[in-house]
Amino acid sequence: MTRKTTVAALVGNPNAGKSALFNALTGARQKIANYPGVTVERKAGRLLLPSGEPVELVDLPGSYALDAASPDEEVTRKVIMGEQEGQARPDVIVLVLDSSNLEQHLVFAQEVIELGRPTVVALNMIDLAERDGLTLDPAALEAALGVPVIPTVAVRRRGLTELAAAIAEARERPEAAHPAPRPHVTLPERRMLAHQMATAAILSETARHRIHARMDKVLLHPWAGPPILFALLFVVFQAVFTWATPFADGLEALVGGLGDLAKQTLPESLLRDLLTEGVIAGVGSVVVFLPQIVILFFFILTMEATGYMARAAFLMDRMMAGVGLSGRSFIPLLSSFACAIPGIMATRSITDPKDRLTTILIAPMMTCSARLPVYAVIIAAFIPNTRVGPGVGLQGLVLFCLYVAGIIGAMLVALVLRRSVTKGAASGFIMELPKYQLPTVKDLALGLWQRAWIFLRRAGTMIFTVTIALWILLNFPRAEPGQDQIDASIAGTMANGLAVVLEPIGFNRDMSLAIIPAMAAREVAVSSLATTYAVGAEDEEEAAMALGAQLRTRWTLPMALAFLAWFVFAPQCLSTIAVARRETNGWKWPAFMLAYLFALAYVAAGITYWTAIAAGLG
Amino acid sequence: MTLDQLPIGTPARIAQVDWPALVPEEARRLRALGLDEGARVTLAYRGVFIGRDPLAVEIGRMTVAIRRVHARAMQVEPLAEKTSA
Ligand SMILES: Nc1nc2c(ncn2[C@@H]2O[C@H](COP(=O)(O)OP(=O)(O)OP(=O)(O)O)[C@@H](O)[C@H]2O)c(=O)[nH]1
Ligand SMILES: [Mg+2]
Repeated sequence: MTRKTTVAALVGNPNAGKSALFNALTGARQKIANYPGVTVERKAGRLLLPSGEPVELVDLPGSYALDAASPDEEVTRKVIMGEQEGQARPDVIVLVLDSSNLEQHLVFAQEVIELGRPTVVALNMIDLAERDGLTLDPAALEAALGVPVIPTVAVRRRGLTELAAAIAEARERPEAAHPAPRPHVTLPERRMLAHQMATAAILSETARHRIHARMDKVLLHPWAGPPILFALLFVVFQAVFTWATPFADGLEALVGGLGDLAKQTLPESLLRDLLTEGVIAGVGSVVVFLPQIVILFFFILTMEATGYMARAAFLMDRMMAGVGLSGRSFIPLLSSFACAIPGIMATRSITDPKDRLTTILIAPMMTCSARLPVYAVIIAAFIPNTRVGPGVGLQGLVLFCLYVAGIIGAMLVALVLRRSVTKGAASGFIMELPKYQLPTVKDLALGLWQRAWIFLRRAGTMIFTVTIALWILLNFPRAEPGQDQIDASIAGTMANGLAVVLEPIGFNRDMSLAIIPAMAAREVAVSSLATTYAVGAEDEEEAAMALGAQLRTRWTLPMALAFLAWFVFAPQCLSTIAVARRETNGWKWPAFMLAYLFALAYVAAGITYWTAIAAGLG
Repeated sequence: MTLDQLPIGTPARIAQVDWPALVPEEARRLRALGLDEGARVTLAYRGVFIGRDPLAVEIGRMTVAIRRVHARAMQVEPLAEKTSA
């Protein structure tokens, strides 16, 4: 007799370590971070039992109760109840609890155990409980709950085999052996019981030395907190430039060397030009920004893992409230600094539909990492690398301002939207502030590697393809003698047409040319410019010039600033539009998003250009 | 006295909550986090700008951030001063 595959589901309060356990048990790479509400979708993986038998393990969004409020909690409820389409009802429930906060986590635990289904408790984060001076008694808890309790430390892979064995065992036991469903118990009763059970399970408690309470004294201090946050962000953007320089220079030299090598070894042909102008100059110009991307994510991931991100939300909440945004929007907006797509997905944890819509609409204005190469190449070319203060470089300052411009723009748009199309009461900010943790080196390294790989894969696929296509469009038809190749080409003709519209905001033909393929991915703006200048180069010497030098000879400072302003706002990413369509169930809102963002980009670039001209910068 | 008026660091007990004054979903979330009648809380931090929003409340081993509107709906009774710090 063959049995159908056993299904086990990870259930628990947010931030209990469900995804960390899921990754440890299945070898998956689900996102884990130290704030509640990271996982918003169910995710299945394969866990091998000690017997070698596979089990389908399902990671679920964290939840405080079974009566779900937001779309992500709804997923959890449906899966547990077996109402989720395409997902078999779990045979075993793995209840994940935070040992250092048992009193709270045991409330939902009771609700789940009362369902009377085979349940195993993972008493996770035992290490944190120890750090807080708690000694726990799993056996006492087991007796109180009536289900097996396994101490685990997901991030150090402790207790995993025991947990897998317990899952196997829970499945075998007859139904009657599980605690019978209890008649309706009220929340206050559960809370009282949770308190009793937690007290009984704590063997000893040494003087509470809660590190995080002391850290919060400074980081959440009414006067010190906001300046610290500001200073920290400042350091991030300084670091993106200064730390990256040696690596970026090395990579640039490598790309340049490759180009020279190809030129010397290959016979002169159109194919060689494709390789040097399209692949090496084009794609290479994007790849050189890998160090900047890695440094940016180093800070983002560290802030997420330590628990500071939730404090940043706390400090920023006042501003969000001022424009009618809910505090729950903060995390999705923060995720958008990596990429608007996970950011828009993360809005699923927002209860109110109008709140959620507003957040989706402004998410593309948060400066995503794909903009970094565009900003960095222009800044490096036009902003002198001077110091404006001790330890403060002008380039980093400008980058910081661009990020701030995106945030302020988003806030202003939210202000308008909340008073017009998405009118309604903003919901409040209710969020558990997680305990501080040191990031584990392994998780951080893995996260960075993942981000670096995503970036390189994009360069190798999407950016590569678009750049090659552009190169072809730039080379055909061939120019008559004496005619400019770009002007003669298909791409050039299109750009010249578009330039009519973009001229008033200071864009020249090449800038117009760069923003069309950049719809595929923002970084393509950089590779497009590099390819265009490589194709358009009149002699070898000109072709060998670095992109920055090319830009300096062809653009004025007001033009460069206008280009930056354009990229702060322009919805230059088709995937984001596609995700917005899926999450809002239609084309109406993505169309609105496109229209208002392009309008904003146009106006912002125009104002920047003419202000710079008036200020005599041109 | 309501929770938002509680001096920082003073332990108190939530005596009564005006649930109808809150959005039902938020009321549910507050309850789920244990901010309910009878709970022992301490106000830990509050924002500095206009409205002195949001607030961070310590409850059990947890710190929870809430907005002032939520705190205003919660009547609290300060507990006897701790003798030593
Ligand atoms: N010290 C310690 N940290 C842990 C342990 N398990 C998880 N963590 C950390 O706790 C944080 C939350 O872990 P997640 O796995 O993202 O939590 P989750 O339950 O999936 O959270 P949601 O998806 O938001 O519901 C992360 O920073 C983890 O690194 C553990 O056993 N010990
Ligand atoms: Mg998770």
